[in-house]
Amino acid sequence: MNDDSTYPDEASGPFPEPPRTFEDREGRSITVRRYDPDDRGALTAMYEAFDSADRAQGIPPTTEKRITEWLDAITGEETVNVVAIHGDDVVGHATLVPDEPEGTAELAIFVLQAYQHAGIGTRLLKTLLGTGAADGFERVWLSVERWNEPAISLYEKVGFRASDTESFEHEMAIRLADQTESTG
Amino acid sequence: MKLLLGIGGSDDSIRALERTVARVAETGDDLTVAILRNPATEADPEGIERRVQDVLDDAGMRATVRHLDGDPGSRLVELAEGDGYDRIVLGGGETSPMGKIKLGGIAEFVLLNSHISVTLVR
Repeated sequence: MNDDSTYPDEASGPFPEPPRTFEDREGRSITVRRYDPDDRGALTAMYEAFDSADRAQGIPPTTEKRITEWLDAITGEETVNVVAIHGDDVVGHATLVPDEPEGTAELAIFVLQAYQHAGIGTRLLKTLLGTGAADGFERVWLSVERWNEPAISLYEKVGFRASDTESFEHEMAIRLADQTESTG
Repeated sequence: MKLLLGIGGSDDSIRALERTVARVAETGDDLTVAILRNPATEADPEGIERRVQDVLDDAGMRATVRHLDGDPGSRLVELAEGDGYDRIVLGGGETSPMGKIKLGGIAEFVLLNSHISVTLVR
């Protein structure tokens, strides 16, 4: 999405940067940190275990080959990836993939079913935005099913606003403040 | 089977054209290509028609080529229903940088309004 006027006038942030360790609502110790290529096996395992009922617009893909191609693309150059770790497992993943013009990215976030509704998604989302802002991204957009009220209200709480409600999917956008800026 | 392929010049519509022509070469279905005015693309109708002819020529195929002016989705459904087509074929959408499938505006209208079966080519 490349029209600057569809982004909110007001910038949001600063957001937290990784690594962050916290106890989720189930008492599990979760660490959110930047993705490392060594995490690839654990990340693939998360998507192989992912319930396909939670897919959105064809992602995550379902077969091993498609998961591999997709992860190659979204962990490539200029992308931003953070993972939520529990023990040795990746249980959540959030990603920014560059879009036109420079400084713009599309966002996606996935949390493994057994780890949903525990506060992990909110922390993962905020930390991804802090990481993205630190890496120079200024505008982030996403699309979400229009019936997915819990997700839409989470995105709104963080600072996303509806940018395109005309199409099948509900599009939302956020403008990121400089990470060093004071929010007063 | 009488097929009506709608093409507005977007990448996915060009892909749908190539795949449909290849398929029709095997099945012998009766193909009509309707060139639409897709407001989301800057492709000119004559350029699309040349592209259509190239793809048909390469496959050694013939098809009726028509131009539909006005609102693309409604005109396509009108033609399909009025002229006894069995199936409408359209591009299945573009993908976002993330890899998410985004359905185009024409496909959305046709899916919700057509009483005839619709194929989206992925």
